[in-house]
Amino acid sequence: MIQALRTRRGLVVIALAALAIALPLLTQAFDQRYLLSIGTRVVIWSIAAASLNLILGYGGMVSFGHAVFFGIGGYAVGILGHHGVVLGWVQWPVGVLAAALWAAAIGALSLRTRGVYFIMITLAFSQLVYYVGVGLEAYGADDGLNISRSRFPGLIDLRDRAAFYWLCLALLGLVLWFSARFANSHFGFVLRGAKSNDVRMASLGFPVFRYRLAAFTISGALGGLSGVLLANHDAYISPAMMSWVKSGDLIVIVVLGGMGTVFGPVWGTVAFFVLEESLKPVIDLFRKGWGEYWQIVFGPILILIALYAKGGIDSLLGGRRDGGGGHG
Amino acid sequence: MKYGILGAVTIAAMAFGASGALAQSTIKIGFISTFSGPQAAIGQDMRRSAELAVEHLGGMAGGKKIELIFEDDQFKPDVGKQKSEKLVQQDKVNFVTGYIWSNVLLASLKAVTDEADTILISANAGPSQIAGELCHKNFFSTSWNNDQTPMAMGQYLQDRGVKSLYLMAGNYAAGKDMLAGVRRTFKGQVAGEDLTKWPDQLDFSAELAKIRAAKPEGVFVFYPGAHGVQFVRQFVQAGLKDQIKLYQVFSIDAITLPQQGELALGSLGAQQWVNDLPNDANKRYVADFRKKHNDYPSYYGAQAYDSIMLIASAAEALKGDLANKDRVRAELKKANFKSVRGGFSFNTNNFPIQNFYIQEAVKDADGKMTVKTIATAISKAKDPHFEKCPMK
Amino acid sequence: MDYLAIQILNGVQLGLLMFLLAAGLTLTFGIMDLVNLAHGSLYMMGAYFAWTLIGWTDSFVLGALLTLPAALALGAVVEAVVIRRLYARDHLDQVLATFGLILFFNELVRVIWGPAGKSIALPAFLSGTVEILPGLPYPAYRFAIIVVGGVVALLLAWMVQRTRTGMLIRAGASNRRMIGALGVDINLLFTLVFGLGAVFAALAGLMAAPILSVKIGMGDDILILAFVIIVIGGIGSIKGAFIAAMVVGQIDIFGRAFLPDLLKTFLSNAAASTAAPAISQVLIYLVMAGVLVWRPTGLFGPRT
Repeated sequence: MIQALRTRRGLVVIALAALAIALPLLTQAFDQRYLLSIGTRVVIWSIAAASLNLILGYGGMVSFGHAVFFGIGGYAVGILGHHGVVLGWVQWPVGVLAAALWAAAIGALSLRTRGVYFIMITLAFSQLVYYVGVGLEAYGADDGLNISRSRFPGLIDLRDRAAFYWLCLALLGLVLWFSARFANSHFGFVLRGAKSNDVRMASLGFPVFRYRLAAFTISGALGGLSGVLLANHDAYISPAMMSWVKSGDLIVIVVLGGMGTVFGPVWGTVAFFVLEESLKPVIDLFRKGWGEYWQIVFGPILILIALYAKGGIDSLLGGRRDGGGGHG
Repeated sequence: MKYGILGAVTIAAMAFGASGALAQSTIKIGFISTFSGPQAAIGQDMRRSAELAVEHLGGMAGGKKIELIFEDDQFKPDVGKQKSEKLVQQDKVNFVTGYIWSNVLLASLKAVTDEADTILISANAGPSQIAGELCHKNFFSTSWNNDQTPMAMGQYLQDRGVKSLYLMAGNYAAGKDMLAGVRRTFKGQVAGEDLTKWPDQLDFSAELAKIRAAKPEGVFVFYPGAHGVQFVRQFVQAGLKDQIKLYQVFSIDAITLPQQGELALGSLGAQQWVNDLPNDANKRYVADFRKKHNDYPSYYGAQAYDSIMLIASAAEALKGDLANKDRVRAELKKANFKSVRGGFSFNTNNFPIQNFYIQEAVKDADGKMTVKTIATAISKAKDPHFEKCPMK
Repeated sequence: MDYLAIQILNGVQLGLLMFLLAAGLTLTFGIMDLVNLAHGSLYMMGAYFAWTLIGWTDSFVLGALLTLPAALALGAVVEAVVIRRLYARDHLDQVLATFGLILFFNELVRVIWGPAGKSIALPAFLSGTVEILPGLPYPAYRFAIIVVGGVVALLLAWMVQRTRTGMLIRAGASNRRMIGALGVDINLLFTLVFGLGAVFAALAGLMAAPILSVKIGMGDDILILAFVIIVIGGIGSIKGAFIAAMVVGQIDIFGRAFLPDLLKTFLSNAAASTAAPAISQVLIYLVMAGVLVWRPTGLFGPRT
């Protein structure tokens, strides 16, 4: 931790963490509740991106169906709540567990494939779940369902926006701590080794498939957690939360932030949301009414990042690719 | 350290740059619709109509300036919710209106009506839940409930003694609502029913072959927007138009007609508003819209126009003082304004009690495609869900 | 019997249309190892070009023919400005950059052509129906798609199997380094292949335009379908793409035409009419997942 203070990345992380912790106080002081809502969304998406980063960044497994775990976590909260099971102590573990189980099942089938075949098979499975959601008429089908937030009696009231934000932020901290440990563990080492050359890792005697499946399952569970949080943030669930566009957004975020880095998913999410929120007003400043066409600028920005910002935003903060507070 | 400072400055700039909530010298109306992607044409029509309404009001209501703030929902519920939150929390609007899509509306509903205690006026979406158990004192509609329009169409076909119908719609909530709606009033034989893949089905060849084999007297479809264009085109190309009559809801309108062209000629549809309804407000609206944009307005536009006029009527009655929400709601509830559909009243669930008309796709004097009223299907219709609404 | 014949023909027509789109995608993928998400944008641009050119020339056939060189030019420009820099990059960079291209093209179309869709009217000789068998009418234009699609498939097969370019393409799909060793100008070959892919995409777009509507994002809807097809067929294999497109076409039509009745034989009416559309919606994804579990590199993909 002391070590971290000496690097540029460490300073940035600490400064931003301080800012993030103070955000609810700032938004209250300046009467900008909307920023807190965006902040919460950024934190939740960061958790989802970090969970994808575990398999995509460290393991090289490009899952094009990660938003499905938003849906599974969210629907667990929504469906249980709809039937009167409102306790978060039940809802949250069920959401995370369901996501983990589904991840283990599709991982067992998908991980037999490589490259683009893997991309497409994960997409196919997520589309299956998406259309199941569209068909769930009891839970609003594609219209979605307004739900009430999970209850933790005596502990925390999730309707308190600031408290909920801090809870999400704490969970994000835990997830990031976990990915730093993960990256530098024996487990992470095998995974990264298999990313660059899985034949060699296999011939060294590592059961690569089982390592990958375990990583895929953990990633799914954390993805489920982000879904649980998202449902509680929106008080609404719908199949749209697991559409393939959302999966694509998550990939963009991870690549944008810097794959296989601890904080990359956070940078990526912040950049993605800041661009989305600010491009329109900024363009409007130059010429009123043109802000609507912000995607004509956003598209080329993505192209430029892909072409020239190798290593994503995290690489702008200095060389160490595996970064973070670990001991690597 | 400079990065940290930069971050702090950015956030602070965002916070201050946004809006300094001044004392209310204007009436702020947030407008959520789709302004990007394939459905942007609908949003454009609604925006043009809302702006025209403000123009017709001279930019003022109740002695205060009207300010419209448009936000794009990108046809995604979560984005729509986020933008709704921005409108109520940051811009502190007095009203939020617009909303094309049921799922965007449902996602945004609580954030506006409950958490921000702000009045929401839907200018299109009308899912059954909100007409029934989810009804809310802060929710008003200037459109309809999903079931009503197909019920009007079904009633007309029933009255005309149509024997058999083939039903088609997209396989999603509104699609199922529409088919359920027509079944409520049409009691003849249903020769077949297809719920097609939604929204990614582009080709209807298999279903059209089934229709040909089933030989119904008519086909009833619900395919809004671009899907309506595709369906009508493929229906005619398959040579079915001369054999089977096409009835529709929300599938042939001012936005799709330029693309459907003569293929749509003669098809019948139901709607609560038609551009040739003979009242002064409507004549002015349609004439000025056409003068400005050289196009007919659509029902989406008419509903948006009405929602602005409804707000203005309440502001006018209260002389611009919108602080007391109870009084605002009471004024809105009177629907005391000249609607382009020719007057309506609000039911207990704040949905309109209104007439539905049958319209036919025709060519106007200049050879331009449009629709004209040919009959009244139902007068003073109430939606079938209002009794489930606890408000009295 | 007539009904069955019509439905099979519908499947063939749908399959050929998807094959046109998938062919370009599998070519660029196989030979240049390029994941091009913007292939759907080229399809969309083809449809908009056709709309403009048919309007200018006032002739469907002439406008359609002019669309092809326009698409080739667009393809060459996109290749030179963006795509060329992506060959050496990994798939993720390609996904990110070409995703950026999609956003760019969608907005560009809105700026140039406006948000409302466009429609292309058919000339009289294509707008009616033809009797393919006595008493069996079929839309003339769909029949034309079958003819054009079939001819293009045959041309492609001939090119890949019998010409020098085709040999290079086959060589490239299995071993990229070998082409360089043959002394071929790689840059030129790549530009050519990408341009060719753009032409196929535009051809698919302009042929689909009179049936569907010309609209923003029309390529995004169909892009996933094209990827499904090349993945089932095996990446880089024209033969695989053709067979997969045919299979997917038939399965899709089958799901919509026969599944409801089939399900009614052992399910209640209500259950069948709920289940049938749900199943037909995911049918091709089920097929793809099944194929990949059975053969992880598709039906005709390179074995490792």
